[in-house]
Amino acid sequence: MTPAEGNGFLEIEDLKVYFPIKSGLVIDRHVGDVKAVDGVSFEIKRGETLGLVGESGCGKTTVGRTILRLYDPTEGRIVFEGDDIASFSQKEMRKLRRRMQMVFQDPYSSLNPRQNVGNLIAEPLKVHGIATGDKARARSEELLDIVGLPKSATARYPHEFSGGQRQRIGLARALALNPDLIVADEPVSALDVSIQAQMVNLLEELQEEFDLTYLFIAHDLAVVRHISDRIAVMYLGKIVEVADADELYASPRHPYTMALLSAVPIPDPKVEASRERILLKGDLPSPANPPQGCRFHTRCPFRQPERCDTEDPKLRTLADGHVAACHYAEAIMAGRIKAHESGRAEAS
Amino acid sequence: MAPLLSVRDLAVQFKTRKSTVHAVNGISFDLEAGETLGIVGESGCGKSVSSLAMLGILPRAGKVTAGEVMFEDVDLLKLPDSQLRQIRGNEIAMIFQDPMTSLNPVLTVGRQVTEGLRKHLDLSKEDAATEAVSLLERVGIPAAKERVKDFPHQFSGGMRQRVMIAMAISCRPKILIADEPTTALDVTIQAQILDVLTHLVAEENMGLILITHDLGVVAGTCKRTNVMYAGRFVESGPTTGLFARPRHPYTLGLLKSVPRLDAARKEKLEPIGGTPMAMTEEIEGCAFAPRCIYATEESRRKTPDLRRIGGDDHLVACWNPVPDEDLPQIEVVASRGREEAAG
Repeated sequence: MTPAEGNGFLEIEDLKVYFPIKSGLVIDRHVGDVKAVDGVSFEIKRGETLGLVGESGCGKTTVGRTILRLYDPTEGRIVFEGDDIASFSQKEMRKLRRRMQMVFQDPYSSLNPRQNVGNLIAEPLKVHGIATGDKARARSEELLDIVGLPKSATARYPHEFSGGQRQRIGLARALALNPDLIVADEPVSALDVSIQAQMVNLLEELQEEFDLTYLFIAHDLAVVRHISDRIAVMYLGKIVEVADADELYASPRHPYTMALLSAVPIPDPKVEASRERILLKGDLPSPANPPQGCRFHTRCPFRQPERCDTEDPKLRTLADGHVAACHYAEAIMAGRIKAHESGRAEAS
Repeated sequence: MAPLLSVRDLAVQFKTRKSTVHAVNGISFDLEAGETLGIVGESGCGKSVSSLAMLGILPRAGKVTAGEVMFEDVDLLKLPDSQLRQIRGNEIAMIFQDPMTSLNPVLTVGRQVTEGLRKHLDLSKEDAATEAVSLLERVGIPAAKERVKDFPHQFSGGMRQRVMIAMAISCRPKILIADEPTTALDVTIQAQILDVLTHLVAEENMGLILITHDLGVVAGTCKRTNVMYAGRFVESGPTTGLFARPRHPYTLGLLKSVPRLDAARKEKLEPIGGTPMAMTEEIEGCAFAPRCIYATEESRRKTPDLRRIGGDDHLVACWNPVPDEDLPQIEVVASRGREEAAG
């Protein structure tokens, strides 16, 4: 998909992030690359939530971190409000980071255990020279109030809080600098279901109140569908499908999306009993040595003898406006290609 | 016919220097051969501890304070360790959430699978090796003959969990306890593992206890479901009935707080307010009362016991069960592309 011109808030163009594999003790030979992200393009509009889903190892976290330049891109452009920040220096980035913040998955390891909550939240204010002393303290109390924690929390330490409360502290810290974009990397997956819902609601309320734009990275499709306006599905370093959240569920076009959706358990025994489940064979191939042609062809239940294992399908807009990267999307949709007998979940 | 396993009033406490944690406060259930029983609850509700207690593998601070666990006319809790060891792994096996920490990293997978075969079944080295390969094939490990020589780190998460299942079923146990077997896995791999487990239960006529926090997993695999909160079963019943008409406010709360993939999108999720209470003191009244919108004066005073509600063996521990008119109306959305495609 080529991002629409002009109104772009954040546009990612052909982003590649390779991590070198090195070998040898004295001479560091470069023997290959883990192609964590291999040619990803998408756009995030101001004020929307883009969900990025995929299984572990597909590169979704790497995309999120590269947008904030926590990793350096190997190739490609990251255009934030017209500026290509892929080539920004660290100094230029530091100014920009005020406007882009991150919320991490693990609320236990992302907060310094020896700092009290007041200091933790005030730290970004001090680093960026916005406020110190009483002013910073007042601001951290205000932020705690915004995320639904009592002001008295400033004097306490992270270990005194539950997982859900710590995630709120992480969010307060991310909000401290009034960012425009928040990259939330699995922000709710470490939390219990009843707490998860509180966090999801809070994220939605804050988005409205502070006009935030979210890149919401997660593996839980039900949560992603709930919170996102649009969803991009990633597989092995590439985006295989992009669609509106409801559309993606109602009519998936890429076989991987179909399999992923059909594997999500639904808490309703009647629905579960009658569901058609597409069981994928085997595991995710190694991103250091991805399959030729379509990366999904080794596990695809609709694989065809031609093209699939030789030609890499481009992300393209289908006749009905869906965006998917599959040679045979139309034929599968029309029912001309049937799924191979998947039978038992045997790995091959 | 007597059930395969019968647990009555099991209670477990952990003693620390400062306090006593009441982890499990009297749970009872029966398990039949060929049945899959689900235990659902959030972290800290005591679901894992109760299964560890049944097998006598509680951490040192933990003590079973009451109850009995009847398996083939013997109370497992009264057995000396030497006899329990004959049953554990042999007749009742267990798999855990994280297959990497349950496998020995310095032994080959083949060696680890054959260990149980040789110890419990007295097979010769050669027979055990052949049996190990066929077990690994049964759980869907490709090229099992070569892979027995590999070490755990050479396997992916899903493959490791398959190895764990192969080890667990190696002595043809009558009961398998699976504690969050798919929580660490991706959804497509989770579907594979659940498929392997369901087939094993049917083929071997095994009793399976599936412990999980995921209501969706229970809905798809379990015949009976127990919902656990603060060390007690708060609701228990046939899975279909329990999901269609949840009677305990906690069960309803759980169902309402997770977004459903197949339902029309709601503006807001409905979380359960508050957090679970610390279990360091004896709880007076219903443990869920402080978070419950249906709580009455009675709830705060007296702890409710499980009692029958409606037909079908549906039990609930609540003074003021959820009325029919409060059950959520779910508008299910069809997923067209998939149906066409899979048909």
